[in-house]
Amino acid sequence: MLVKFNVNGDTVEVDVEPRVSLADCLRDVLHLTGTHLGCEHGVCGACTVIIDGEAVRSCLTLAVQADGATIVTVEGLSNDNALTPLQAAFRKHHALQCGFCTPGMITTAHALLTEEPDADAERVRDVLSGNICRCTGYVPIVEAVLEARAAYANPDKADAS
Amino acid sequence: MNATGIGAAVKRKEDFRFLTGQGTYTDDINRPGQAYAYILRSPLAHANIKNIDTTAAKAADGVLAVFIGDDMAADGVGGIPCGWGVNNKDGSAMAEPAHPALAQGKVRYVGDQVAIVIAETYTQAKDAAETISVDYEELPAVINMEAALAGGPLVHDDAPGNMSYDWGLGDLDAVNEGFKNATQVSKIDIVNNRLIPNAMEPRAGIGEYDTATGEYTLYTTTQNPHVIRLLMGAFVLNIPEHKLRIVSPDVGGGFGSKIFHYAEEAILTWAAGKIQRPIKWTAERSDAFISDAHGRDHITHAELAMDADGKFLALKVSTKANMGAYLSTFATSVPTYLYGTLLAGVYSTPAVYVEVKSVFTNTVPVDAYRGAGRPEASYLLERLVDRAARETGHSQVDLRRKNFIPNDAFPYQTPVALAYDSGDYNASLDEALKRADVVGFEARKAESERNGKRRGLGYSTYIEACGIAPSAVAGALGARAGLYESANVRVHPTGSVTVYTGSHSTGQGHETAFAQLVSDTLGVSLESVDIVHGDTNKVQFGMGTYGSRSLAVGGEALMKALNKITDKAGKIAAHCLEASEADIEFKDGQFSVAGTDKSMAFSDVALTAYVPHNFPHETLEPGLEENAFYDPANFTFPGGCHICEVEIDPDTGTVSVENFVAVDDVGRVINPMIVEGQVHGGVAQGIGQALLEGCIYDESGQLTTGSFMDYTMPRADNIPNMDVGNTVTLCAHNSLGVKGCGEVGAIGSPPAVINAIVDSLWGLGVRDIAMPATPQKIWQAIATAQTSQAAE
Repeated sequence: MLVKFNVNGDTVEVDVEPRVSLADCLRDVLHLTGTHLGCEHGVCGACTVIIDGEAVRSCLTLAVQADGATIVTVEGLSNDNALTPLQAAFRKHHALQCGFCTPGMITTAHALLTEEPDADAERVRDVLSGNICRCTGYVPIVEAVLEARAAYANPDKADAS
Repeated sequence: MNATGIGAAVKRKEDFRFLTGQGTYTDDINRPGQAYAYILRSPLAHANIKNIDTTAAKAADGVLAVFIGDDMAADGVGGIPCGWGVNNKDGSAMAEPAHPALAQGKVRYVGDQVAIVIAETYTQAKDAAETISVDYEELPAVINMEAALAGGPLVHDDAPGNMSYDWGLGDLDAVNEGFKNATQVSKIDIVNNRLIPNAMEPRAGIGEYDTATGEYTLYTTTQNPHVIRLLMGAFVLNIPEHKLRIVSPDVGGGFGSKIFHYAEEAILTWAAGKIQRPIKWTAERSDAFISDAHGRDHITHAELAMDADGKFLALKVSTKANMGAYLSTFATSVPTYLYGTLLAGVYSTPAVYVEVKSVFTNTVPVDAYRGAGRPEASYLLERLVDRAARETGHSQVDLRRKNFIPNDAFPYQTPVALAYDSGDYNASLDEALKRADVVGFEARKAESERNGKRRGLGYSTYIEACGIAPSAVAGALGARAGLYESANVRVHPTGSVTVYTGSHSTGQGHETAFAQLVSDTLGVSLESVDIVHGDTNKVQFGMGTYGSRSLAVGGEALMKALNKITDKAGKIAAHCLEASEADIEFKDGQFSVAGTDKSMAFSDVALTAYVPHNFPHETLEPGLEENAFYDPANFTFPGGCHICEVEIDPDTGTVSVENFVAVDDVGRVINPMIVEGQVHGGVAQGIGQALLEGCIYDESGQLTTGSFMDYTMPRADNIPNMDVGNTVTLCAHNSLGVKGCGEVGAIGSPPAVINAIVDSLWGLGVRDIAMPATPQKIWQAIATAQTSQAAE
């Protein structure tokens, strides 16, 4: 099936079998390998991308469902050589180790703070609890997301792109 | 210290690529002409394979080949080897049954590899696998260790009684004497729950064969590429090292589970040679649950003999350790040399005896998982000491202090083989007591009780052995490999540096911490240093990352190589500055002649080494590149104190971790930010083991916790904020004074959590709670204790 959507600012058209997940389409067809697959059953959050402003599990979304959508993956959040304030806060707080869950954490947090720039610690923990990280113990991830709130309150700073 | 050197909390060099989606993990790699593989696994725990019909699969769309165990046997492919031999008490060798990469005649666990299907696409391979007809003759399975030892069905015909070994360590006569003299004995029966490591990146691999050169390449998610090359090349596929390249790019977490040589690695490499195309395989999470080596799974009875004053006289331990269906690479060493040897703990118990029976069952092989043997030792000891304190009327702090190995006793020879080099157990206990505000606990407890809740405080004063290890000792203890590390430092003509380390990273931040050592020693910026690891064609040799060894062993190898660099560079500088070598000083990247204003920058020395117009050719070779191998003199011994405070709702059994304090002595800290991160992550896994995680098999051998829906992983709303601190005693036998920090969190924390729960419920009559301490178990324990109290 031919599917057309916008990903990270580029309109793309792909020919995929109806059973192909959006995650596989992004990784294998579009070579956007920043989106990672951790469980293929929607439970770990590593594959989270932003579809029309909402954080969505790309392993549970079929590529054909994305027809006409606007998708942002981790590759689309920042310019080539600059971290966004959210990414910079992750680095500052050592909120990543192996980096495998990180794209899903970043996209989840970005979608949250875009909607709720004043989310408190409990709300941040609650939302992030949909994503599994095996390395960090979550403490620094929560700290990083809380720190990044300031940039989202002033939306010009939130997205370097 | 310079701003980017030893002790600086510099931000990580590797973060940019991970934060922007530009990391390169194995599954991100694609090779020209690549085909895809699906591994067909056994759905049964124990069965004879009467026949495998692959006719339909071979004829299916896109299928290139289907191979089964007979095909590998016909090619003379060897079995997956075990890397550590353990002898029985009587000196005889352990039972070591064959472990074919693809099952031959029999499957022994749900997940055992039965066939590989290779096709143009992954879905074609997976679809075709569904058409393979395997005629299984199901056999009774044995899952429980007690049943396996008590005449249960045999997993291997050549492992009588389902036992691999019956091992012992320590002086049994001395222990018996201690019990004879004891006035008080505390006993405990304890289970260390089976865990599934679940690194977030599933295992993956690409096998490739170059017909032009005869070279095989395997891209794989491993913690130790050279070990895989050695084991797979020499023991399984008979490929010499110069024709076998192992590449392990960014690795998405390992925690031990990516140490081992897995069957899929051999199958992919061998099959790539057969079809002469690259073959890619990526585990699904459901594959990971039933094929990544599991961790822990011990059953133990232990007794502690004390005198009237609470001094420990002797400890006697009897443990059964589950091996699963086959001996994984280092499985045999975990319950012996990484467990039995740690049973002195931080205590001066004069006599210790431990016996371990390792047991085959129809379950996934069990091997090292973060801590590997040491969490089992600390959990046993700290739970037993906690109980002893309650039974003898001592406070938790007093009984521990009374039995700590005193500071003036180092080096301290334990009764179970290890010799501790340094430590100060009172210091970490004192610091933890302060941070945990133990003084204020009674008030907090009273407040909880006013709210109908129970509050408890749990202690763990633990030790572990890291930085494994001296090769000579490991060899004497059965290791079939050396345990040194290597480093190559290549200074480029303009003074930038590439380091090739035999260690590897699974997310710990070695590209930063190792670069800090270079920056500190050579006075160069972090940006001018690159750390290379994970490719046997680039790195000279290495043993990889596990056992918190990367800095303590790999970092020391790097320091040796760096010292050779500064030594040679100093000679070159002396020549150029027309001074004697003895007068040359090196500081902040500048060579200078003592007492003069003559100096030369490190980068100019590097340039001179490669453009040697004015160079001491008669004594030195041009160039500036040095190699070093480092074999440590001893293990390192990190230790510390963890204190956990919990509040329990007795009506629901729900546990809330109110405070967690970890004070660890990991020796000198190179990057405090990274160390804190390692402790956080380790404690989260320890809290996971204590409260959430547990692997469950049903009686037929089906894994009932085979997905993230069923196996409870710690999440952001389960893990509390933590107060992490350090006390420091330096390792006495390495130049950096480092001990290792990767496992302390997972080793120290589980007993602190469970002791806190027991503390909160002791007054209700609860004496024990098994991990994971789920609300249901706690509620049930309270109900049972109250029923039995009411009956009395």
